[in-house]
Amino acid sequence: MTTPLLEVSEISRTYRMRAGLFGRPTSVHAVDGLSFSIPKGETLGIVGESGSGKSTTGRMVLGLEPPDHGSVRFDGAPIAAPGTATWRAQRARMQMIFQDPLGALDRRLPVAEQIREPLDIHNIGSKAERDARVHELLHAVDLNDGHGRRYPGALSGGQRQRIVLARALATKPDFLVCDEPVSALDVSIQAQVVNLLVDLQARLGLTMLFISHDLRVVRQISSKVAVMYLGRIVEYGDADDLFARPQHPYTQALVSASPAPGRRSTGRIVLSGDPPNPAARPSGCAFHPRCRLATARCKAEVPVLTALDPQRQVACHLVTGAPAQTQDAA
Amino acid sequence: MAPLVSISGLQVAFDGTQVLHGIDLDIAKGEAVGLVGESGSGKSVTWLAALGLLPAKAKVAGSATLDGRELIGADGKVLDQVRGRRIAMIFQDPASALNPVLTIRRQLCESLGLHRGLRGEAARVEALRLLDLVGIPDANRRLSAYPHEFSGGQVQRIMIAMALAGQPDLLIADEPTTALDATIQAQILDLLAAVRREFNMAMVLISHDLGVVAENCDRVCVMYAGRIVERAPATRLFDDPWHPYAQGLIGALPPLDGARRRLQAIPGTVPDPRALPSGCAFAPRCAHVGDGCHARVPPLAPVELDRAVACLRPQRLPVELAAE
Repeated sequence: MTTPLLEVSEISRTYRMRAGLFGRPTSVHAVDGLSFSIPKGETLGIVGESGSGKSTTGRMVLGLEPPDHGSVRFDGAPIAAPGTATWRAQRARMQMIFQDPLGALDRRLPVAEQIREPLDIHNIGSKAERDARVHELLHAVDLNDGHGRRYPGALSGGQRQRIVLARALATKPDFLVCDEPVSALDVSIQAQVVNLLVDLQARLGLTMLFISHDLRVVRQISSKVAVMYLGRIVEYGDADDLFARPQHPYTQALVSASPAPGRRSTGRIVLSGDPPNPAARPSGCAFHPRCRLATARCKAEVPVLTALDPQRQVACHLVTGAPAQTQDAA
Repeated sequence: MAPLVSISGLQVAFDGTQVLHGIDLDIAKGEAVGLVGESGSGKSVTWLAALGLLPAKAKVAGSATLDGRELIGADGKVLDQVRGRRIAMIFQDPASALNPVLTIRRQLCESLGLHRGLRGEAARVEALRLLDLVGIPDANRRLSAYPHEFSGGQVQRIMIAMALAGQPDLLIADEPTTALDATIQAQILDLLAAVRREFNMAMVLISHDLGVVAENCDRVCVMYAGRIVERAPATRLFDDPWHPYAQGLIGALPPLDGARRRLQAIPGTVPDPRALPSGCAFAPRCAHVGDGCHARVPPLAPVELDRAVACLRPQRLPVELAAE
């Protein structure tokens, strides 16, 4: 077996915050002992609600934030400290796309110049080669040179996200972190960008970490999926299979909460209680206060992510080997 | 039976730019109607215009009646009797709809005083009942809390409680769950359904999420560039959409089960209202465009007893796609 392109082991990140001006500082465990790896050319999708730590994970993977514990290895080597020459070299091979394309672009520069910027920064190619590369990138994202001369304000939301994508691809990265890249787009435009991402991934052999709250979009793009809840992975598996046969009670609720047009849901699982607060993490299994199956053991003991079969890992005391309570939720 | 609300030929223009091109829509008592469409399609403007909530520079024409009484151009007194009382509205961002420096009790009691004339202890008891009804735990203590002390889902519950304060006949819910997490969205939609059953209240659910609309509405109107392009019962629309835009919206949605397929993206973007294409506004993006499409705007014409579509060449989907 070849080494995975990205290997994350046991990373944690804790923020200190105060509740109010005079409050006592508390620790927020945004990410807590997370491990996963992504083989070359594959896409791992991370789903979870707000506060699950999915964006923090993306930032740690890129070295934008150092993990408090654990390590991230990219192509066999640990991520260097931000600002160093090694880190720069690594970062040319790893790029990121965020939710808000307007915030990621400079409003006062024509977009072609912004696509060109990474080439200037990393000193790649001659002037003519850089021009040719910008032209090629605009075409790769289904835009033309005319679009390149415009300012971000003169482009639609979908076009802006294509520009951000083109810029991310400028240095021919091997690895792309996408954090909610299509969440701000309208449905029809979202489909254009999703198709583009799928095509580019196949054509360029990109490895991706795709972070989203939208199960449908994640399934469309990912080969493997990790479901996060309060900083931990609660279920991991093959994308199609995971959504078809969710095993963890939380995944089951998520899948059943995703409404499908064309059929009225029967027996949707509606979780009681509020979304989890990372500053007040429940004891034991963090999901137990909202879980309809919780037992005394769930309150006391933290469940470990264990392999159910070669394809699936679940962190739940109640899910063991046999797919006992398969939900027909999808 | 006469409809509760009847909108006909409703048009809105901002600074000479027409954004709503004649909307016809009836809402029956107790009915749930969904409005779907992308940003700028006119879903929200329709209701803001009907309730006189648009800024003065907006030119509104046409008619919107509640129980036969005209709302367009009605003076403030008439509208005050309607807004919040007969027709209430909740929005996507509930946090900005509440006053951050007043307690929930003050804000709920203000609504109850305005719409129901309740004061003092009577208002407090009713406020408590409403908070209980929308599922705020420990309502008695929480009455004296401020908006920031609640989570996003709870704030939306409080907004629903405030909307219910006037015992409205119609609730306009404008993207009520868009800002919420999936599991909380399910809670709020459940609450809305329960409240509707209990009070036999009609609801207009405005959303860009086809799934949300499909599961919570009886009828659906698909809007595009300021017009209704298809109107149909919810189940029929999603099983068998006729308008190419409605088909495109459904095809653009990634499936959660079954085989993965390439998404049918609609090419191009929504037209700028200042430069609408001639004829059918969807024609430049349409896969089935024909000669006549650029010549005139297709009217919303009935195709079956309870369906209407605004297309010169309505398409039936191939069977295997429709079955998905």
